[in-house]
Amino acid sequence: MCLAIPALIKSIEDKEAEAEIGGITRRISLWLTPEAKVGDYVIVHTGYAINILDQKEAEETLKILRQIAQLEED
Amino acid sequence: MKYISEFRRSELAQGLLSRIQRQSKTPVRFMEFCGGHTVTIFKYGIRQLLPKTIEMVSGPGCPICVTANADLDKAIALSQIPGVIIATFGDMLRVPASDSSLQEAKAGGADVRTVYSAMDALKIAGDNPDKSVAFLGIGFETTAPTIAASILQAEEKGLKNYYVLSMHKLCPPVIKALLDSGELKLHGLVCPGHVSAIIGSRPWEFIARDYGIPCVVSGFELLDILQCVEMLVNQVESGKSQVEIAYRRGVRPEGNHEALRLMGQVFEPRPALWRGMGGVPGSGLKLRSKYQRFDAEFAFDIRPSPPREPAGCICGEILRGVKTPANCKLFGKVCTPQSPVGPCMVSSEGSCSASFLYGVGLEG
Amino acid sequence: MKDKILLAHGSGGKLSHELVEKGFVKALANPILAKLDDSAVFDLSGKLAFTTDSYVVSPIFFPGGDIGKLAVCGTVNDLAMSGAKPLYLSLAFIIEEGLLQSELEQIVDSIQKTAKEAGVEIITGDTKVVPRGGADRLFINTAGVGVIAEGVNISGSNAKAGDRVLLSGTIGDHGIAVISQREELSFATTLKSDCAPLGGLVAEMLNASPNIHCLRDPTRGGLATTLNELAGQSGVSIRIEDEKVPVREEVLAACEMLGFDPLYVANEGKLVTIVPPEDADKVLKAMRKNRYGKDAAVIGEVGAEKPGRVVIKTALGASRILEMLTGDLLPRIC
Repeated sequence: MCLAIPALIKSIEDKEAEAEIGGITRRISLWLTPEAKVGDYVIVHTGYAINILDQKEAEETLKILRQIAQLEED
Repeated sequence: MKYISEFRRSELAQGLLSRIQRQSKTPVRFMEFCGGHTVTIFKYGIRQLLPKTIEMVSGPGCPICVTANADLDKAIALSQIPGVIIATFGDMLRVPASDSSLQEAKAGGADVRTVYSAMDALKIAGDNPDKSVAFLGIGFETTAPTIAASILQAEEKGLKNYYVLSMHKLCPPVIKALLDSGELKLHGLVCPGHVSAIIGSRPWEFIARDYGIPCVVSGFELLDILQCVEMLVNQVESGKSQVEIAYRRGVRPEGNHEALRLMGQVFEPRPALWRGMGGVPGSGLKLRSKYQRFDAEFAFDIRPSPPREPAGCICGEILRGVKTPANCKLFGKVCTPQSPVGPCMVSSEGSCSASFLYGVGLEG
Repeated sequence: MKDKILLAHGSGGKLSHELVEKGFVKALANPILAKLDDSAVFDLSGKLAFTTDSYVVSPIFFPGGDIGKLAVCGTVNDLAMSGAKPLYLSLAFIIEEGLLQSELEQIVDSIQKTAKEAGVEIITGDTKVVPRGGADRLFINTAGVGVIAEGVNISGSNAKAGDRVLLSGTIGDHGIAVISQREELSFATTLKSDCAPLGGLVAEMLNASPNIHCLRDPTRGGLATTLNELAGQSGVSIRIEDEKVPVREEVLAACEMLGFDPLYVANEGKLVTIVPPEDADKVLKAMRKNRYGKDAAVIGEVGAEKPGRVVIKTALGASRILEMLTGDLLPRIC
């Protein structure tokens, strides 16, 4: 359940936004994430942003995974 | 695609697999509860790549599969009422109910439209003021807040012809029922990622605390699942049982406050019927009386056909993780994606469909 | 001309004749059609390929094309997939009353341009107009005939163990471009349908190697379905590699959003070919030189074990079975 994808907010009008992923843009609702700003990545499920993606955490996770890959090689 | 492609990189997957292979000594059974996780596991052949010490079973995490025939029959009966347009997510269209399906109802003249979003259903209502638009509310805590928002939006816009038939379900109560049934010994739970984005990681704490089962909240990409398995193995091998979040970019321990608020404003819990598990208290959602005018069950005289389960279908046991598709006499013979008997074969993330499409008995 | 197509335009009377002469014959100008006899009469000898198709795409205009262009390409491509040089097409319209004249003109213009590029002539036709609701704006039916040169033997049942499987370019473009226009799913994209006539590409491939075993265009049901058809017909197994199949980022993104698998999305300007291993390089080179094959790639190979089975290997080395498409591609939440 819960097919959702990260999309970049390009513009906001009222409680809706234009969001972009991989070159596709779609109007999404920010009813569940009213604090989202232009430039944020949000996780979009059926046209609604369900959370703001924490970009710092994303980088942290990738860093950890790269470290694991490095350690396992040695 | 940003924040998707990076989490699919196979060279990083190798590192995680090596670590899992190195660390996993104790034979364990982990359950993934979310259909999206089932699909990723099958898509990448993760079962084939994990060490033999780890057995993965799929739980009742596909909201389509767990919707009981009695509820599906209501949706079909609703579609037969003149002047009603059914708006539904695509997943529902081909599921066989007691004696028909929405697809068959559509072929018979019912106005059934597939939408991607509740926003689209609102638009249909706005464009068709002389008709009633009934939106089929399926999904867990990820989807329910979006439907709640759509009802509040309908209220704001003054739409008089938008209704929701709520078949929404909640996850924590059904996991508890599953664990209480004692049918299945689990050593770890792959917790749903987007449900947790809404409800946070705290609702899973009772599992670690009261049942001693390690829980890790996982994302949906290849690296997310592998990282989650690595963290579960770690907990098992060090004798811990706690709730951890692997999907840190998408989930906060406290969840999404606004989504929870909207969901609570529009819905309240009620008992729900789960296919294969019967009634589970507090596991469904119903519209609060304040929003009764949007409730399809009140607005329409729905007369479903008498409920009937298909003979030989063991979807229920498969959903509880106690049997696999290979155990089913109908699997692959009478029941195929072309001619499904039960919902596990229709939904793209149902265990049976995933097994069939992604290779039962594949040599590797 | 008045602005809407009416029932009278299909009744065979004066309005019908006007529509056919001024609207179709003039635009599709060729001597056989201009005769306007009950059937087209022409000389043709050799081994012939003959095909028929109906087009009911909705919406009738989509990024990168329209139902007219699709009708010509689809028919021409069916002939080309048999190794034939496409020559003549028939064209029958079933028009829903109320279609705008200007829309019909645009479609006929599109047909004419595409036919010209493909080197084919529309030599006979028919027009019917049905009441509102009797057709979804416009349906088109075609038939096509072409000639197969001596020594060319292409069939879905010719694949042999050891053959290589080649794909002419990115998959999923057409299906996603069309679906982006559906009101209830709408999203904005610069993606265009890949709708294209492939007769020229096939001719160049056959020049490079007359030993091509199979040709097929992965239309409805996508690449996965086509590979299953070929494996079934030839009684062989096919193994492809996920990483080798070219997909545009936008197609991937739309598929992620809607819950589709690009392997099942329709294409209208791509082909799959199965060739003997010693000819793979030559054919690939020839494909890449053509504008419709510049992203061509070798995606897999043919085996003898487990006839009829198609398997896809993932980046991590695990494999899974790739089945045919069942039912329709539907957007999902799960």
